[in-house]
Amino acid sequence: MAEMLLEVDDLSVQFATEDGLVRAVDGVSFELERGKVLGIVGESGSGKSVTAMTVMGLTRGVNAKFGGSVTYKGVDLLAASDSEMQGYRGNEIGMIFQDPMTSMNPVYRVGEQIVEAIQAHEDVDRRAARKRAVELLRQVGIPNPESRVDDFPHQFSGGMRQRAMIAMALSCNPSILIADEPTTALDVTIQAQIVELIDRLKSDFDSAVIMITHDLGVVADIADEILVMYAGRVVERAETRDLFYDPQMPYTWGLLGSIPRLDRPRPERLYSIKGSPPSLINAPGGCKFRPRCPYAFDKCGEEPALEQRVETAGHLDRCWLDVDFKRDHRDEMISGGATEAA
Amino acid sequence: MAAFLIRRLIGAVLVCVAVTFIVFLIFIVVPGGGKQGTAERIAGKNATPALVKAVEHQWGFDRPIYTQYAIMMKKMFTNKLVSYTSQQNVLTQIVQGMPATFSLTIGAGLIWLFFGIVVGVISAVKAGRLSDRVITVLALIGISMPVFWLGIVTRYYLAEGGISTFFPDGEYVGITADPLKWFSHLILPWLVLAVLFIGFYGRVLRGNILDAINEDYVRTARAKGLAPRRIMIKHVLRMSLIPIITLFGLDFASVLGGGAILTETVFDLHGVGQYAAQSINNFDLPPIMGVTMYGAFFIVAFSILVDLFYAYLDPRIRPT
Amino acid sequence: MSSQAPLIELRHVKKYFPIRRGVLSREVARVHAVDDVSLAVREGETLGLVGESGCGKSTLGRTIVRLLEPTAGEILFRGQQIESLGPRQLRPLRREMQMVFQDPYASLNPRKRVGSIIGDPLKIHSIGDKRERKATVEQLLETVGLSPEHYNRFPHEFSGGQRQRIGIARALALRPKLIVADEPVSALDVSIQAQMLNLLEDLQNEFQLTYIFVAHDLGVVRHVSDRIAVMYLGKIVELSPAEELYERPIMPYTEALLSAVPIPDPDLARKRERIVLEGDVPSPINPPSGCRFHPRCRYASQVCREIEPPLTDYGNGHLAACHHPLNVDAATLSAAHAAPQTPLSAQEEALPHDSSGASDPVHGAGGHPGDR
Repeated sequence: MAEMLLEVDDLSVQFATEDGLVRAVDGVSFELERGKVLGIVGESGSGKSVTAMTVMGLTRGVNAKFGGSVTYKGVDLLAASDSEMQGYRGNEIGMIFQDPMTSMNPVYRVGEQIVEAIQAHEDVDRRAARKRAVELLRQVGIPNPESRVDDFPHQFSGGMRQRAMIAMALSCNPSILIADEPTTALDVTIQAQIVELIDRLKSDFDSAVIMITHDLGVVADIADEILVMYAGRVVERAETRDLFYDPQMPYTWGLLGSIPRLDRPRPERLYSIKGSPPSLINAPGGCKFRPRCPYAFDKCGEEPALEQRVETAGHLDRCWLDVDFKRDHRDEMISGGATEAA
Repeated sequence: MAAFLIRRLIGAVLVCVAVTFIVFLIFIVVPGGGKQGTAERIAGKNATPALVKAVEHQWGFDRPIYTQYAIMMKKMFTNKLVSYTSQQNVLTQIVQGMPATFSLTIGAGLIWLFFGIVVGVISAVKAGRLSDRVITVLALIGISMPVFWLGIVTRYYLAEGGISTFFPDGEYVGITADPLKWFSHLILPWLVLAVLFIGFYGRVLRGNILDAINEDYVRTARAKGLAPRRIMIKHVLRMSLIPIITLFGLDFASVLGGGAILTETVFDLHGVGQYAAQSINNFDLPPIMGVTMYGAFFIVAFSILVDLFYAYLDPRIRPT
Repeated sequence: MSSQAPLIELRHVKKYFPIRRGVLSREVARVHAVDDVSLAVREGETLGLVGESGCGKSTLGRTIVRLLEPTAGEILFRGQQIESLGPRQLRPLRREMQMVFQDPYASLNPRKRVGSIIGDPLKIHSIGDKRERKATVEQLLETVGLSPEHYNRFPHEFSGGQRQRIGIARALALRPKLIVADEPVSALDVSIQAQMLNLLEDLQNEFQLTYIFVAHDLGVVRHVSDRIAVMYLGKIVELSPAEELYERPIMPYTEALLSAVPIPDPDLARKRERIVLEGDVPSPINPPSGCRFHPRCRYASQVCREIEPPLTDYGNGHLAACHHPLNVDAATLSAAHAAPQTPLSAQEEALPHDSSGASDPVHGAGGHPGDR
């Protein structure tokens, strides 16, 4: 068994705001081993980014309250002091973000920003750090890294900036790379390049990856395990193949049905999950997805636990519906009424 | 780069011409200005209409406006501009006022820039807390106190014996004559002039910093594990100061160009601003034109400097 | 289903942006954003316009609705030439052609209430009195799935998807015939994208709209389009009925675009070969010679570097500009001829001689250069 890097247990994150207490993350648990890719999938406001930012210690603040634990290599990061946490960020856990256009400081050269990351954690001189920055840029596929290292971010295209961000995040050889919607702001062709790059670097750097996205298609071919989040909670958790071929949660079906798929005949209409995600301030009791679920019934007034209901070990969901019923009916949502192609 | 400079310089000349022409026109149309009023003032009290007419003709006030303007500009650039009332050479007068004005501006500028940044940073870092609120109130008081009032009050209480006579009472002493006296005479004017700007700069900077803190690249810097202090200085402050530089360049230029009329007058510094004030009181057009040109020069020169500095600070707008 | 008369027609439209330098701002170079594009869109049709960032698709969209003036070429709206009309003459046309923009956060004025964002077009064109306009706006809000009570709210009170609905309602206010939607869903969550695509479809049926749908994601475009035009560096490189484009892409660039679309099926996704395009789109200031795609094309040969291929008609309304077409059999190849939409700079007689073989970039089994 590979080394256990990260164990998140019953994590909750609450923010005090003028409108009330926002329960952004509520009882989230997962584990991450070296060499694995964990996908976290959900809509905006589902708590997926807050979960990742909390692992990085980036949500700390006077208005934030945390519960549960985040254990990295045996150390509880929630209990770590701010300066201890600073030693983990970038060094043990690297992170890249959605918009490569705004994620780099426009007034410093790309190389300087990578050098800065290296020097934050390692006692190396500028020249050595710069040499490593060039090497990193080469590894992420920037052509002519010796000269491009002195470019400013605006001289890079969107795809190249995201590559440079990845180089920066990996500069101290972290064990975990967190990618928060790394492809959403990019062209499809560049998305494919970036996903492939992350997958390759995971092996090169012998690390693990947490990939956060709203699009199940993005994680289909690189994730080992997937968490589907809704309203701050994990509503389904399974190995990737199980999640795609035997999804148990109607919300997951809706996410799958929303994707216009090239591999299937074009449906008359896409399935669209009606309404919008619930407020995290006064979330409804019972199953959080109930107001938007076409199969909701009486029992959904009571919140189902996240537990195994199918034969496959490790496949957990929060849904009261009968497993056989779900297997019979889920294609109505996933395929949008179109007949299944062979 | 050279092309950019040349274009800006051409623009600067046009601005100077336009500003002086507008001042000239305003003088012609305001009551008491124009050929009649000016000629009457030059001819003196109880002058006969014939004398006034003669003065009008002699000084060229009966010629077309644009000719008068051209003559005046020609005089200005050949250093023949003289006051209507005192017959003194305008340039000489301005040059006499420059040491005082420069001393006032440079000292006050350093004070207001430094304390403006300190105030802005402290209130941004402590945003929402008590120290931020106290600073905010003080800054607003500073912004809303009229300079002439503050000047008179401080002069009365701290120099003329209202509380003490610790500070010297007005006037300017040359730095070469007596550096210590130069300094002591300028302390009050510096502070009085700087108070307004400190409050204003502090408020602007506070807002800029609070915006910059939420930028994505600051989040990236935190994710890299940089120390909070480094993030504040290298990433937040660097970006937040860029707009402050523009403000400072233009404010500094306008005070240098004789804009501190009230401060100079209240403390009787005999600088360019005070000269401008006297000329306006006397309806004396040539010095007004001279000071206007002098002020416009500093404004356009500094706005070019600010643009160049901007390009240095922000690589995105560098002409390639 | 749709009548045959073109609602809008482009003939050899070009849009260049000058790059000026020096004291006198002389033009030293040009960005060839749109370079000789000919297209016709029928009434009631949805034309998808696909390509990577910088291919000129957004510029083309803006030129069509005359937010930009073309550098050369003709634009006909219902047979009327509109390419050189001035702002005053364009005013009546503005009622017929509207745009929906990509970023629902940036494209709505944050200081205006929803009611005036949607109602201002009516006011500008003096339609109805104040009360009638309010009623119209409230009805529009309902049409796009919002509530009439949202009339007095500000944009920041809405989520991304809701803001895009406001943008759509604004575009609909004048009852246009043509809507150019520039990446209308790419800033939204997948689940919201689906809502928006369905809404656009409903509105098309309800108001007999014609869409030009600009996007970089072929999955989304396929779902809404009747026909699809693929753009690369200012040129149309393939134009085809939607399903046909997916079943047999002819241009290798289309093949690469298709293979890049993520597929939510792990086994299939792992099985199929992704054709990764090296690097970024070259600069449109100095586009490559011959076929503009040749530096990134895995089938490129000498002829591709030297001669710009004509936009070749392979029958069925399927046009493609390529010297080494994919998925074309011998019979189709011999019947192929240069289409009238061919750019003037291309050599009409340089028709392709051979096929590069079969390719199914969606389900795997990509074409191989060696198969020729």
